[in-house]
Amino acid sequence: MATKLPKTDVVVIGFGWTGAIIAQELTDAGLNVLAIERGQWRDTANDFPTTVAQDELRYYWRHGLFQKLQHDTISIRNNSAQTALPMRKLGSFLLGSGVGGAGVHWNGQVWRFLPSDLQAKSHNTDRYGASALQADMTIQDYGVTYSELEPHYDKFEYICGVSGKAGNLNGAIQTGGDVFEGPRAREYPNPPLDMPYAPMLFAKAAGEMGRHPFPHPAANMSRAYTNPLGVRMGPCTYCGFCEKYGCGNYSKATAQTTILPVLMKKPNFTLKTETEVLKINLAPDGKTATGVTYIDPSGATFEQPADMVILASYITNNVRMLLLSGIGKPYDPNTGEGIIGKNYAYQITSSVNVFYDKQILNPFVGAGALGMIINDFNGDNFDHSGLGFIGGGYIGTLQTGARPIETHLTPEGSPTWGSGWKKAVAQNYLKTTSISTHGAVMSHKGNYLDLDPTYRDVYGRPLLRMTFDFTDNEHKMSDYLTDRATEIAKAMGGREIKVNKRAGSWDVVPYQTTHNTGGAIMGTDPSTSATNKYLQSWDVANLFILGASAFPQNPGYNPTGTVAALAYHAADAIKGQYLKAVGKQMVQA
Amino acid sequence: MSRYGGEHMADEGLSRRRLLTAGAVLGAAPLAPAAADTLTGRGPPWQANATAEPDAPKGGTDYIFFTGPEHAFVEAAASRMIPKDDLGPGAIEAGVPLFIDRQLAGDFGKASDWYMQGPWAKGEKTQGYQSRFTPAQMYRAAIPAINDAANHQHKGDFSALKVADQDAFLKGLEKGDIQLSGGVDAAAFFKMFLQNVIEGYFSDPLYGGNRDMVGWKLIGFPGARYDQRAYVKTYGQPYPLPPVGVMGRPDWNRG
Repeated sequence: MATKLPKTDVVVIGFGWTGAIIAQELTDAGLNVLAIERGQWRDTANDFPTTVAQDELRYYWRHGLFQKLQHDTISIRNNSAQTALPMRKLGSFLLGSGVGGAGVHWNGQVWRFLPSDLQAKSHNTDRYGASALQADMTIQDYGVTYSELEPHYDKFEYICGVSGKAGNLNGAIQTGGDVFEGPRAREYPNPPLDMPYAPMLFAKAAGEMGRHPFPHPAANMSRAYTNPLGVRMGPCTYCGFCEKYGCGNYSKATAQTTILPVLMKKPNFTLKTETEVLKINLAPDGKTATGVTYIDPSGATFEQPADMVILASYITNNVRMLLLSGIGKPYDPNTGEGIIGKNYAYQITSSVNVFYDKQILNPFVGAGALGMIINDFNGDNFDHSGLGFIGGGYIGTLQTGARPIETHLTPEGSPTWGSGWKKAVAQNYLKTTSISTHGAVMSHKGNYLDLDPTYRDVYGRPLLRMTFDFTDNEHKMSDYLTDRATEIAKAMGGREIKVNKRAGSWDVVPYQTTHNTGGAIMGTDPSTSATNKYLQSWDVANLFILGASAFPQNPGYNPTGTVAALAYHAADAIKGQYLKAVGKQMVQA
Repeated sequence: MSRYGGEHMADEGLSRRRLLTAGAVLGAAPLAPAAADTLTGRGPPWQANATAEPDAPKGGTDYIFFTGPEHAFVEAAASRMIPKDDLGPGAIEAGVPLFIDRQLAGDFGKASDWYMQGPWAKGEKTQGYQSRFTPAQMYRAAIPAINDAANHQHKGDFSALKVADQDAFLKGLEKGDIQLSGGVDAAAFFKMFLQNVIEGYFSDPLYGGNRDMVGWKLIGFPGARYDQRAYVKTYGQPYPLPPVGVMGRPDWNRG
């Protein structure tokens, strides 16, 4: 029997980026906020100081900062005809855990979606006709516009101290920035990072072909920076351990380095770590959340009443929590009816390696979002007429740091072990770079999330089941991006190239990207979405569902910028509207 | 204090990680008070003597996981995967077998982070690792099965074969052409083993492999260097500094 605790104003489930953002904003509004995080407290000084942070085996290959799957995992299959089996070890994506979530081990790639990305269905239908959408494609508009999100994108970029160069200031195109981006109100808070050799070789070749290269916007500091909350970060030292690692240097924006030093001092904020919410409790009418039930490290359960519940865990955990709590109608892929679990999407990646004979590139010098990019083939920045797909992605050379267990590229036809392999690795390590493509995944009727009928977590609860595969739209789009990348690779002046297309079904083994989306999507209509544009549940008015679970489909950009902008947008609405009419839907359907 | 402050202050226990850390650092010494699990109004917690140090293996050069026949196979096979040659030291000189031994004796060998609940099924290739073997169990089952197959083909354990025969045998494992007894998937074992060999050759020396940073020196990786600002824009220039590990450099540490 759970022990009932005194009521609090707000309970936040999960304490990564979105949990920190919403807690900071709502405590500012005077609310008492309790955040509950199932993982551990972690911070730079104790957990990943520079003396131990640069350890490839520990942090990547032994999953030092990632979710421990023995506690719970997801089950996976490519289609409904297969039997889902548990993801027994991490591969394709690297789930986070603990305070800061996956935002501790991210690269710091901060993007805004294109205005047209947020209106993917109406935009593509208007421009290309309804027949441009593949059968069974279930894309929708986000129900929020770029101009509504612009101030919130801006706020996150300034919290993070993003290093970059604007390409569109209030409609005026800026040379050297991303000329395809939506208009931004002001320049990035910090100038671009210093650019190493390989990204410059990419930019030169791409520019000479008429493309529009620019520095990747990076939440890695190009100089010392104090954010609007008064939190200071240090300049990035290009140590090459961002992605999959904690930054020992206070140079990568995370909840810890931007918000927590302020939030953790507030008397109206409480954080419980190593405490896991088991379910969201509902009033008998099913339309109001009464709080949550959680379990502490000793195994004792508690009922925590709250006036408002914010679901702020990773997308897979958000969707599972809704399903386990009986909130919303589960999606049925056979009928297309139901909402929760629908429109799961991912991203599709490929690469082209360029091998040089003489150019020493020192690929170990790096930072998470350090590189040169083109968006000429992202979103609807190019004419898709006759191409047979919609969507796109960015193409670029990122130099995140070539840790050698992970990155020891060899040319086509090299042996995979033995003296021949050793020689190929030794000859090429310092003189090889890659162009990567990072493409959208649209939503499709057969790609969805639900509860697994067989496999259970440590508490005996069903795992989340993921049914997903790339469709023709993704493969055609990714091949098109790979062909464009190959053209640039050939112009980069190397000895040879190697093209790594993404062929076949989605495979859980090779790392691709931790950009899972959908399952609790936002929109304008309760019959086709789980939340309104303020991420307020249509079913439970005092429940807000943050994170990339809100994406109706996944554009060709990294999600965190939009995840954060949507969280700030929700926070503004809660403070400005919801608190004046507590318990009411902010949007009338 | 909020109304919840202090209600569930976790003097009931250290967090698990800190408990482990404290144990690793202090041995059986009494545990110091650690961070509470309920945090309110005091700023980010910080804990003295609680840096999350790596779980470095104990010293010594004796095998603690592998039996005699097992390390004979591992040494022989690893030396074919990364041989000593005119380019420099190979897997043996780098200490790769000892690295794998310590990994299999530890959390990795136990698959302690993996989801290892049944039911078990082979599944599709795209569903990844579905063996009920932990890595330690996989090695334990695979090596005798490999020696059985080697004896069947060549009338000798793998380690006794000529190197050309060893190479051919390894290629057979890699492709899954050789069937192994005991429920071992040859290709899955080969993949895990090769990955572990590469890990032992290129990981930080603190785990027992990459001895004297021979793997890093071979390719020019400078290791755990924290400030590379001076080398971002030195386009085309060789990097001038020798590698360094989490423990420092051998010439700092040896008296």
